[in-house]
Amino acid sequence: MSSDNILLDVKNLKKYFPVRKGVLRRVVAHVKAVDDVDMYIKEGETLGLVGESGCGKTTTGRTILRLIEPTAGEVRFRSKKLAGQGEEYKEVDVATASRKTLKALRRDMQIIFQDPYSSLNPRMTVGAIVGEPLLVHRVAKGKERENRVRELLGAVGLKPDHMKRYPHEFSGGQRQRIGVARALALDPQLIIADEPVSALDVSIQAQVLNMLEDLQEEFGLTYLFIAHDLSVVKHISDRVAVMYLGKIVELCKTEELFTNPKHPYTEALMSAVPVPDPDYNVERILLEGDVPSPVNPPSGCYFHPRCRYAKDTCKTEAPVYRNLGNEHFVCCHFADSLSLRPVQTG
Amino acid sequence: MPLIEVRDLKTYFYTEDGVVRAVDGVDFTIEPEKTLGVVGESGCGKTVAALSVMGLIQIPPGKIETGEILYHRDGKVTELTGLNPKGREYRSIRGNEIAMIFQEPMTSLNPVYTIGNQIMEAIILHQHLKKKEARKKAIEMLHAVGIPVPEQRVDEYPHQLSGGMRQRAMIAMALSCNPSLLIADEPTTALDVTIEAQVLDLMNGLRENFNTAIQFITHDLGVIAQMADDVVIMYLGKIVESATVSEIFHNTKHPYTQGLMNSIPSLATTKKERLIPIKGVVPDPFEIPEGCGFEPRCPQAMEICKTKIPPLKEVASGHLAACWLYE
Repeated sequence: MSSDNILLDVKNLKKYFPVRKGVLRRVVAHVKAVDDVDMYIKEGETLGLVGESGCGKTTTGRTILRLIEPTAGEVRFRSKKLAGQGEEYKEVDVATASRKTLKALRRDMQIIFQDPYSSLNPRMTVGAIVGEPLLVHRVAKGKERENRVRELLGAVGLKPDHMKRYPHEFSGGQRQRIGVARALALDPQLIIADEPVSALDVSIQAQVLNMLEDLQEEFGLTYLFIAHDLSVVKHISDRVAVMYLGKIVELCKTEELFTNPKHPYTEALMSAVPVPDPDYNVERILLEGDVPSPVNPPSGCYFHPRCRYAKDTCKTEAPVYRNLGNEHFVCCHFADSLSLRPVQTG
Repeated sequence: MPLIEVRDLKTYFYTEDGVVRAVDGVDFTIEPEKTLGVVGESGCGKTVAALSVMGLIQIPPGKIETGEILYHRDGKVTELTGLNPKGREYRSIRGNEIAMIFQEPMTSLNPVYTIGNQIMEAIILHQHLKKKEARKKAIEMLHAVGIPVPEQRVDEYPHQLSGGMRQRAMIAMALSCNPSLLIADEPTTALDVTIEAQVLDLMNGLRENFNTAIQFITHDLGVIAQMADDVVIMYLGKIVESATVSEIFHNTKHPYTQGLMNSIPSLATTKKERLIPIKGVVPDPFEIPEGCGFEPRCPQAMEICKTKIPPLKEVASGHLAACWLYE
């Protein structure tokens, strides 16, 4: 592992939600929403996190930011703003950081939410929304704050006079821009974008994706880009992590994932995506059944009931998440021997 | 002979803030056993056009202003807009000969009835079967849409099924009376891709077995490429382009359609290219441009586009586009 420019290093991250039943609210089971996730994000790159609903991708994002308290694991983050004199950065474990450190860390780690309708307070003006982080962290106030808000709105393609308006006066795409401006307010290093374009129409989706790419270049941002749309993830990411039932099943460079997939779930997921070309006539690999419940996951490899290559081992033994070399991580017993179908390019 | 011919359909809504011309002069035909894809972004009128065919427009505030919806069956032609939407004849068509499935299966199934009951309701009403036979038919339909252990599932409530299973149950219900047209309004938008692939595969198979024509409404060009024979592209209540699926993708004419194609990232491209979005946003329904609706966003807009609405005319064989570029 090249370790020099790793901004965020997540190790064995777990988040189990208790399931309570009965009068005494006894814990009868756990939902293993995030189950032993390992990944790192390098400075300036975009890591895509893709998976179907309920696979734990949103919980992973929120647990990394500690918006949800992790059950176990480490989230090591190299903060520039916390760095002391002469240091380039300070490495902090977000999972165990004190309240005070955590608040300071918030300036370096921000989030953009999926639904631009529910993530903006309808009773605040855009200026107040975008400027709020500046107040909370005592970065700027008064005229200075106003100028900064103007600057931020400009950066995301809105007009300065939008400051006095309310969220309902904006379209979905513009609201998402407001959310991005708020996330940028404190000049963060890392932005976790949780399905930032899935609520938007296609023509608007492209505008927001381009803007996110431009901002990354302009401000040197690092993204964890969470999405269920494989085409979008492919477009924006440098590396991609594929999640299934709380675990990362495959993680590697984008190009590598699409040309040389090593996990059967990745293969099926890629094959299922409808391609906008009527002559694209590749036979689909259809997965049987639904995603199992994370309360009661299958034995062995979680994917085995739906896997067309499953053997007896898969039913009993859980595969180990390992590095196949060249930063290609996979969690499958037979990753070396399977020859899986890449995305057919036309 | 086409199955459905829609001619100059205008469905308006009279709201407190003004008139919304949701569907504003739309013509299309659906051939028997074929799939017509209707593509457009939110608010373009694609759902309202379908609801107009179903006779499900709420009146008021809605009103079918002008237009004809001709329904051809057994050598007879019925003009649907002339029927009372609540009358006997429309009721005998709706759900029986023309059926519809919706985007969110959870909100369109009744949570307090078992799915078996809901499927049986349509069968008993339209096919006049006894309860016992209807139940048998319901189980048969659940089996046909690939629901495992249908004898048991038939007595379950919608909340006991997963999203994909619910959508299958909806499809079973819609197909239970062997309709000649199935209107599918974004049937897979709420589903995960692996489940979406299952449902699309199912719909393609059923179309062959049941000889049903499908009007498939979606915003996803990938789904259209996979499902449709013919495609109409809608923008601001109007059809801007209409052709066979391969013409639409390989010989795109209208700047809006071209814009849509350029703004979607595709899995099947090798290079990482920058997306070319359509600039601006869909105009407010109360401030529709005077000329071509797409003019404010169009990269190739000309003077004439600002003032005159382009007619939908043939630009290649069987390929219609509404754009002044092709005058």
